[in-house]
Amino acid sequence: MWLSNSSIGRKVVMSVTGIALVLFLTFHMSMNLVALFSEDAYNMVCEFLGANWYALVATVALAALFVIHIIYAFWLTMMNRNARGSERYAVTQKPKNVEWASQNMLVLGIIVILGLILHFANFWYKMQFAEIIGDHFLGEYGPTNGAAYIASTFSQPVYVIVYLIWLIALWFHLTHGFWSALQTLGWSNKIWFERWKLIGNVYSTLVVLGFAVVVVIYFFKSLCC
Amino acid sequence: MDKNISFTLKVWRQNGPKEKGHFDTFQMKDIPGDTSFLEMLDILNEQLIEEGKEPIVFDHDCREGICGMCSLYINGHPHGPATGATTCQIYMRRFNDGDTITVEPWRSAGFPVIKDLMVDRSAYDKIMQAGGYVSVRTGAPQDANAILIPKQNADEAMDAASCIGCGACVAACKNGSAMLFVSAKVSQLALLPQGRPEAARRAKAMLAKMDELGFGNCTNTRACEAECPKNISISNIARLNREFIKAKLKD
Amino acid sequence: MATIDSKIPEGPIAEKWTNYKAHQKLVNPANKRRLDIIVVGTGLAGASAAASLGEMGFKVFNFCIQDSPRRAHSIAAQGGINAAKNYQNDGDSIYRLFYDTVKGGDYRAREANVYRLAEVSNNIIDQCVAQGVPFAREYGGTLANRSFGGAQVSRTFYAKGQTGQQLLLGAYSALSHQVHAGTVKLYTRYEMEDIVIVDGRARGIIAKNLVTGKLERFAAHAVVIATGGYGNTYFLSTNAMACNCTAAMACYRKGAWFANPAYVQIHPTCIPVHGDKQSKLTLMSESLRNDGRIWVPKKIEDAKALQAGTKKGSDIPEEDRDYYLERRYPAFGNLVPRDVASRAAKERCDHGFGVNNTGLAVFLDFSESIERLGLDVVLQRYGNLFDMYEEITDVNPGELANEINGVKYYNPMMIYPAIHYTMGGIWVDYELQTSIKGLFAIGECNFSDHGANRLGASALMQGLADGYFVLPYTIQNYLADQITVPRFSTDLPEFAEAEKAVQDKIDHLMSIKGKKSVDSIHKELGRVMWEYVGMGRTAEGLKTGLAKLKEIRKEFETELFIPGSKEGLNVELDKAIRLNDFITMGELIAYDALNRNESCGGHFREEYQTEEGEAKRDDENFFYVACWEYQGSDDKAPVLYKEPLVYEAIKVQTRNYKS
Repeated sequence: MWLSNSSIGRKVVMSVTGIALVLFLTFHMSMNLVALFSEDAYNMVCEFLGANWYALVATVALAALFVIHIIYAFWLTMMNRNARGSERYAVTQKPKNVEWASQNMLVLGIIVILGLILHFANFWYKMQFAEIIGDHFLGEYGPTNGAAYIASTFSQPVYVIVYLIWLIALWFHLTHGFWSALQTLGWSNKIWFERWKLIGNVYSTLVVLGFAVVVVIYFFKSLCC
Repeated sequence: MDKNISFTLKVWRQNGPKEKGHFDTFQMKDIPGDTSFLEMLDILNEQLIEEGKEPIVFDHDCREGICGMCSLYINGHPHGPATGATTCQIYMRRFNDGDTITVEPWRSAGFPVIKDLMVDRSAYDKIMQAGGYVSVRTGAPQDANAILIPKQNADEAMDAASCIGCGACVAACKNGSAMLFVSAKVSQLALLPQGRPEAARRAKAMLAKMDELGFGNCTNTRACEAECPKNISISNIARLNREFIKAKLKD
Repeated sequence: MATIDSKIPEGPIAEKWTNYKAHQKLVNPANKRRLDIIVVGTGLAGASAAASLGEMGFKVFNFCIQDSPRRAHSIAAQGGINAAKNYQNDGDSIYRLFYDTVKGGDYRAREANVYRLAEVSNNIIDQCVAQGVPFAREYGGTLANRSFGGAQVSRTFYAKGQTGQQLLLGAYSALSHQVHAGTVKLYTRYEMEDIVIVDGRARGIIAKNLVTGKLERFAAHAVVIATGGYGNTYFLSTNAMACNCTAAMACYRKGAWFANPAYVQIHPTCIPVHGDKQSKLTLMSESLRNDGRIWVPKKIEDAKALQAGTKKGSDIPEEDRDYYLERRYPAFGNLVPRDVASRAAKERCDHGFGVNNTGLAVFLDFSESIERLGLDVVLQRYGNLFDMYEEITDVNPGELANEINGVKYYNPMMIYPAIHYTMGGIWVDYELQTSIKGLFAIGECNFSDHGANRLGASALMQGLADGYFVLPYTIQNYLADQITVPRFSTDLPEFAEAEKAVQDKIDHLMSIKGKKSVDSIHKELGRVMWEYVGMGRTAEGLKTGLAKLKEIRKEFETELFIPGSKEGLNVELDKAIRLNDFITMGELIAYDALNRNESCGGHFREEYQTEEGEAKRDDENFFYVACWEYQGSDDKAPVLYKEPLVYEAIKVQTRNYKS
């Protein structure tokens, strides 16, 4: 199977799963923004995405994407380390034009995963998971009152800082991942390379800002009230 | 006028592929700025021979930047600090008095060290043999002008074809990937009508050989393009990806 | 005295090659599989021959000293390749290319060979295009051409300033294809040290594995050497560092004649020598002469100021500049052949008009063309060369440096002639077979097509012509009666003997244990060669040179020091083996130069010149190819045989580039 036994194939898997995850992030970010306008509406979305069959299928698919993306990332990194040989350079210098993110995608990815685990504990465990196992009181506000969880989590400065770090890592990860995915799929050339990079930067910034805005606003709200 | 400079030179010494390597340090005195980097090593080697020691082994040949024989990872850059130039085209005026200059071989599993700074790049030949050609017999093909090629395509093919096969892309890549090298050849021939009939087969065969020989997976860091002495663009890698994915989807 | 049969076919010149091919013997496909051919060298000639022979079905063993066939020095050729396509409709034809080449070679080439070269030149372009060589193109999609020295038509095909590279990569790809197909077996980092002769025929080689240091034996039905020229005899040359004449000398020592060694080409546009640590000279493409104008100051005081460093080239106004090529050769101007341009530069410098601190440089100036075409156009054409020049010399030729009376002056480049190519080589007949049966020589390694001087963009043409279109045919004429000869065993006593001789030589070199490095002795050799056997030669100087070469040989034999051991990789040992042969080669050049009491092409004897300083040929006494035979020892002078030149198609004249 060329998706596992050829280098381009493996990278195609990374790109496709990556792009799908970017789309998920876009959706998630849009959903979060709803909370800023109406907490009820947001909670309705939470309810809609509870333990229904379609939400579960989507969750499983999403989890699969994550797992594939992560497994491939570790696998590729391992292969690439082997390809590098046993001796390391004594002196290395990053050439101009080489983005820091591009050489540290795994590290960034690991930060993203750690953030994700925290995020699960803060939200998913108390909401969808609680619904799945039928224990509606895993979280203090019940499984569908998402807005309450947001408000309580981001009233704590530690979480705000940790989430913002997480989002910054995500931003770096996305800026490289975006054009890199399209490059891997072959949808690039000298002109489009520059365009994709710009589009990717703008897009990643919007997505990350969208997340950050919710964090920050809820934090200030907690200060005011 | 160029000034003379003195500096510390740290050079990797390694007796064989399996041997343990180490750095030797030399103090270089009053080297004229118009000496090329390799001539500077010549001077050092003459000194070593005078002292009855073994000279430093390094690959070099044409010394005008086209044969691709010279390598050397100088101060963290393949082919040294200049861009768009090979090691043999670097002159000492680029360095300053009192510098420490560290010289290492290409380090990659695909290019085992033979001795000191000399590495084995025969893997590139093997990749070429897997498909880096147009299968045409020597004989009497059609008149050269019977194949019209738009200037733009010809120029782009030429840019890709200017790869000298030195291996700097692999040396620069944190993944030890040979994608820039492979993609340059695949691109050159994919851009020309003569190469189209075999384009799919070529992309698959060359890539499979590259993978088989233990080169890494491209993660689009662009270090290869930045360090390539011939400024080969990663747009060629995009083209290779395209050719390869198309070929696989067709199968 | 041996009789020399150059095997030129009968018939009018335009039909000789066609007739030859129609009547030569061929080897049928089933028999080809049973015949082995060794090809030494993977440059344009070697790679194209190995690929073509493999494709025909022969079993080929191909050797190169570098780590890959693609590194052969053909790769460094910049300018282009000639062909008589007449795509520009400027009146070109096979005959005209043939005529220009013979004339450019100062009427010392073998007519029939040159005609064949011109004839197959067109096939080469077709072949290379079919392989995917990205030649420069016009907007309409057709191939572009440029003009070159020694011709009045635009017949040169090019791929940026990297034509040699692209053609070599084309041949290399064909070779790679055959390696993949299993017809060619490739041996990289191997150096041929000797040829093995069995019953008077070349049957194999002894090669040194440069990585393990071991000698290995290889047998075949025929041996082809394509190992390039001997320019590095002069130490400083435009050749690559590893270019050497060891394989050619091995053949010569085993009885192959060496023809016209004195014909050494000195290229006019190289960056001048700057110091004694220099390892090689860098060529600036001859194409620069299309738009660059060569000059020295008119006034000697200006020259003195330049030499002292008190003035710069751009300080000298137009009226005080002597565009000596345009002055002396109005019809060809800056585009005269290389030997003429080189000598004219030397003539000016000898008269004290040199423009750098050593007094050994002239200017190549783009001010006029930058003003006429605009800097953009000039940079488009020569930008990479300007960059290269700036990296080496720290001077940017595209930089406006001065303005005098409203005229803009840009930094001129400095250039000086340097050893570049060797027209002489192993003697071959029309079939490219040497005087040893079964031993063939192709490319720069043989002597055949360029006479006393090679025109620009003709070396690539000859290498590929020999490799793709000539040798693969003519070798069959030899192999046709070898089909009953079974494969050879390398256990034959001849192989053992040859290997022992090489081993003894290596042991001897290692045992000298003197104090001097190979390079230091090589540099001395180079100095003697340039001084006494260089651009301007005299009988007296040559005799002195020969005496000095004997001293160098003695020094080599007593003072040489090679560190390390003979086992494993030992670069110094390999260089020492080569230097041993360079010294012999140097003597051979001097002997030939001393014998040839005339000036022609790349061979200039100061006693034989016209009042205007032009080369004066002596067709009455020297209208022949000088073939030198080794006499069993480096201490003995070689013996000369003469192959008379017979011109049927061209009337021999004095070369004229003035009108």
